[in-house]
Amino acid sequence: MTLIETANIGQKYAGQHILKGVSLNINRGDVFALIGPTGAGKTTLLRLLDLLEVPSSGSIYFDGMDVTGSKRLRLQARRRMTFVLQKPVVFNMSVHDNVACGLKWRGEKGAAISQRVSRVLEVVGMTEYSSRNARTLSGGETQRVAIARALAVEPEVLFLDEPTANLDPVSTSRIEEVLAHIIGEQKTTVVMATHDMSQGQRLASRIGVIMNGEILQVGSPGDIFSTPQNKEVAQFVGVENILSGVIVNRDDNLVTIDVSGSLIQAISDYHIGEEVHALIRPEDITLAPRKETSSARNTFEGRITRIFPVGALVRVEVACGFPLLIVVTKRSAQDLKLTVDKKVYATFKATAIHIIKRWN
Amino acid sequence: MTELWEALVTAVKLIISFDPEVMAIAGRSLAISATSSTIAALICLPLATVIHFNKFRGKRTLINIVQTLFSLPTVAVGLFVFVLFSSAGPLGGLDILFTPAVMVIGQVILISPIMLGLTISALSGIDKSIADTAISLGASRLQTAVITLREARFAVLAGLIMGFGRAISEVGLSLMVGGNIRGFTRTITTAISLETSKGDLELALALGIILIVIALIINLVLNRVQQK
Repeated sequence: MTLIETANIGQKYAGQHILKGVSLNINRGDVFALIGPTGAGKTTLLRLLDLLEVPSSGSIYFDGMDVTGSKRLRLQARRRMTFVLQKPVVFNMSVHDNVACGLKWRGEKGAAISQRVSRVLEVVGMTEYSSRNARTLSGGETQRVAIARALAVEPEVLFLDEPTANLDPVSTSRIEEVLAHIIGEQKTTVVMATHDMSQGQRLASRIGVIMNGEILQVGSPGDIFSTPQNKEVAQFVGVENILSGVIVNRDDNLVTIDVSGSLIQAISDYHIGEEVHALIRPEDITLAPRKETSSARNTFEGRITRIFPVGALVRVEVACGFPLLIVVTKRSAQDLKLTVDKKVYATFKATAIHIIKRWN
Repeated sequence: MTELWEALVTAVKLIISFDPEVMAIAGRSLAISATSSTIAALICLPLATVIHFNKFRGKRTLINIVQTLFSLPTVAVGLFVFVLFSSAGPLGGLDILFTPAVMVIGQVILISPIMLGLTISALSGIDKSIADTAISLGASRLQTAVITLREARFAVLAGLIMGFGRAISEVGLSLMVGGNIRGFTRTITTAISLETSKGDLELALALGIILIVIALIINLVLNRVQQK
């Protein structure tokens, strides 16, 4: 059931379009992640959805009601949701009083407030900080207080703007645990903005990719990451091999694509003559020192142009008529004695390639 | 020099012995200025909040004008209030010229720009995300204004104290509209002015010392507040 719906909303600041024609449905119980690069319009969209701002065009519906214009309806609807800002601020008062604010503003009374506050402080693991001035807390603790403050009012929708953007890894996993708990236990509808795709993947049930103020794709994390709709989304979700080519042959749905003179086989419904991008994830390519027989339809001979370690993995760039980025483990790199200029064979399956149409 | 020294000693004695006249004048000064400061605060806090939280044409100009009025000459306010309440003036019928009431009105006019301007800048000093956070937590416009004022409380209080300081230390206005009537509208500053011209330095010095002590206390409080 749709809880929030936007119909073609746009937002302009000083004549500049920050959001263009965004139409989005968020269902009750969704954990919706808005992913996109910095400056894509994620925060603006969240501010519009939380009714902090009025869109310059289009309409917003909350629980079936048009809440775009009326101040009274906006306050009513806003009291059913809360928003944790990217850089959360706490009021200059105790942690307990901070968390109690939303409840006081809704006219709740003393005993009920205290009970609710202690419960949410326990959820975020901040019980022992209750009487401390919230301004003396660290970044991660502040974030947890902000989340507790938002949860205290038992919102139907919780908006989170980059909940872990400014935190260290330990605080980040702590916050993610809290969020996972909320999502699992309380069935709150959550809408979060993040530029961290893996976070989106871990927490969300649906993902919307936003770039340059437009929603480019909405789908399950699986859909978004395995079948990005266009080159920009593919690049953003971490598909690092994006090869441009033309379909030159088709046999059933096995197509042959000419990429700078090399022929790649993939599965696709596109027709001969169509210009496409072939998307291949670096982890889906294997490297071998010799040409080996396998069921994979694509094997290319090439030379290593660059090797650089990233954590426990090694990224290898190979020139095989077109550039390919391959990721192997450190151990494999040692076993294969990979060095720059070494001749290698890169192999990938036709099914590991995702084909999208080229629009430019 | 000895004369001045003797005057100073007598002045201190007047203060230590709680001389009734000195105490009455000091008490009256404090009462009038505290009343005018309270009234001005009651007007300026809500008004500053309304100005801060609303966008309108000429807002910047209005704030500039308010800031210019910080240094409003006391005699100019005195003249204005005098004309307003003199028997031929538009409010002459009230017959309150040369009473503490009209002194309070004059001081309210004098210090309101300071309280208004400093409260607006105190509110501007609070990050917009405070108001956003309040709104997102379901605060109404009034609740948002109250929490923002609360966050700005130290700077706001500093503005109010500045206003009180100006009220208690001004002389031109009180002299013109209060008339310096003994036992009725005579305040510290008007008394100092009169006693000095009469050559009665003891009383003038005693009151001067009290005024400086009040100024010192105000400054100490202000410092404490601003350090928070």
